[in-house]
Amino acid sequence: MAAIGSLDIRWPIGFIFTIYGVILLVFGGLGQLRGLADMEHGVVELPGGLLNVDLIWGGGFLVFGLLMAWMARRASRQP
Amino acid sequence: MEMHLGLVDYSIIAIYFAFVLGIGFWLRSHMKTSEDFFLSGRSIPGWVTGLAFMSANLGALEVLGYAANAAKYGAVVTHFYWLGAIPAMCFVGVFMMPFYYGSKARSVPEFLRLRYDEKTRTLNAGGFAILTLLVSGIDLYAMALLFQQLLHWPFFASVVASATVVAAYILLGGLTSSIYNEVLQFFLIVFGFLPMTILGLKAVGGFLGLNSSLESVAVSAGHPAGFYDHVWANLGHASNNPLGVNWIEMTLGLGFVLSFGYWCTDFLVVQRALAAKDMAAAERTPLIAAVPKMFFPALVILPGLVAIGFPEVSPGFGTPPNFNLALPLMLQRFYPSGLLGIGMTALLASFMSGMAGNVTAFNTVWTYDIYQTHINPGKPDRHYLMMGRVATIVAVVAGVLTAFIVLHFNNLMDYLQALFSIFNAPLFATFLLGMFWKRTTGHGAFWGLLCGLVGSTSHYVLYRTDVIRYYSPMGANFFQAMWAFGIGLVVTVVVTLMTKPRPESELVGLVYSLTPRPELARLPWYQRPGMIALGVLGLCLILNIIFW
Repeated sequence: MAAIGSLDIRWPIGFIFTIYGVILLVFGGLGQLRGLADMEHGVVELPGGLLNVDLIWGGGFLVFGLLMAWMARRASRQP
Repeated sequence: MEMHLGLVDYSIIAIYFAFVLGIGFWLRSHMKTSEDFFLSGRSIPGWVTGLAFMSANLGALEVLGYAANAAKYGAVVTHFYWLGAIPAMCFVGVFMMPFYYGSKARSVPEFLRLRYDEKTRTLNAGGFAILTLLVSGIDLYAMALLFQQLLHWPFFASVVASATVVAAYILLGGLTSSIYNEVLQFFLIVFGFLPMTILGLKAVGGFLGLNSSLESVAVSAGHPAGFYDHVWANLGHASNNPLGVNWIEMTLGLGFVLSFGYWCTDFLVVQRALAAKDMAAAERTPLIAAVPKMFFPALVILPGLVAIGFPEVSPGFGTPPNFNLALPLMLQRFYPSGLLGIGMTALLASFMSGMAGNVTAFNTVWTYDIYQTHINPGKPDRHYLMMGRVATIVAVVAGVLTAFIVLHFNNLMDYLQALFSIFNAPLFATFLLGMFWKRTTGHGAFWGLLCGLVGSTSHYVLYRTDVIRYYSPMGANFFQAMWAFGIGLVVTVVVTLMTKPRPESELVGLVYSLTPRPELARLPWYQRPGMIALGVLGLCLILNIIFW
């Protein structure tokens, strides 16, 4: 377990990345809804159209955060 | 330039501060002994200490500074990540960590006392304390400068605010808090800067597009086409590359003396490995750290190169160019609000953990090697725990003051390498001889270290007063390191041969030839530190050939 004094470092990493992921997803999603044509930067051109980079990276943050939290939870259940 | 952060960006930064302080509060009740506070109770797994080992070195200079240096000097600065780090990190893991960890020394100076004597320890502890205080101001300075330029925050207010947060989380959670924040910072930097590399490379047309952009920049500045985009090819002569060093200075000065002097003897990084839960984790710590270290140029050097090669970014440097803006310009160009907050948080995190690394190293060396040894010995453990907290506050205040000293230097990289060549280079000779030549005596080590320090300082004065001249300040630093190492080595050998050695029975566990390693034989070959190190070195060699 990656811990001293009952704090596994993967918990805070998992929490903060999950929170950041949700913020970026919500903020990026709102930007996507508003339309990307007037955005100066932060837009990625994909085969299906333009995508706000906050949305892409928010998803990445969320997956990583949940993965870390899952690993910490699994470790805490081991004897 | 001015950067406009939105509410979402400030929220992201505020959440980071809350987490950093929250970790400190969580750990507070577990800081019961001085070993908990200074050495994390020797309980942390290898992957955590490995990432902390690397992240403690990821301060302002390594993040903001190397992006700036890449924009100024080109790909040749990658050597500070490869030649200047990887071989030494492998060496410390395979050859030196068994002695550091196995001796149960609480600090590098304490190891010197075990191997040599008290006077050698005190000399090293004093030098290291001065070095850490001088270095800790760099991160505060860089952070304040960035905030002043980008957000127009007052310099002094930025310095004090950042220093207060660093002091708070170290006071609460000691080294553990610092290490945990370093790991958090590592992931923030990787995830915070990776999109910049990807978006930047895409914008410039991939590696081929970047290559041709850099060739155009070089030719238009009157240089050969490959001036900026090679790691080794232009090191034939100091005048052939923008760094102003040749391959001998690069290999011996940076690749051997400065690099080994830093990674093998600087307590700032060694302290992270000493916090590992067992010997195997301690040995793997630098080897684990070497892997991300090798690929970190993708996150800081590449954006710096894109910044000078991409016409939409390069004019932002201004006239005369301020290369320190390389990373901020890239953030501004490629990041929308939201991701911009993540990027700024990553920068902030690197500055704060860089400073925290210096503060935790200082409070340990001060408390164990100076205060407990010479000023107030024989007190209960809680007294030294309290002293560690007092030393933390003193170090942070001193860091604020040294931030103002740094204001008087126009190149942070030269400043830092000058300090390392003065303090670390002669120390490496002391360690090398002590670990691999059992005859080396305490008198030899002390006089070798002292003469090396005097030699490197004298060289620095002669260079600064134009008595000695080099192609560049970096060339002077590299040569200064070789000079200091050479003096330390020769004086140590000469004095050792004139003095009586310690009995071999007292050196078991402290000298390579007198220390059996039976536990290695039990490990499968792929888990042995030597084999892991060979793999890491092989990978580094391949990268050097690819980017020759």
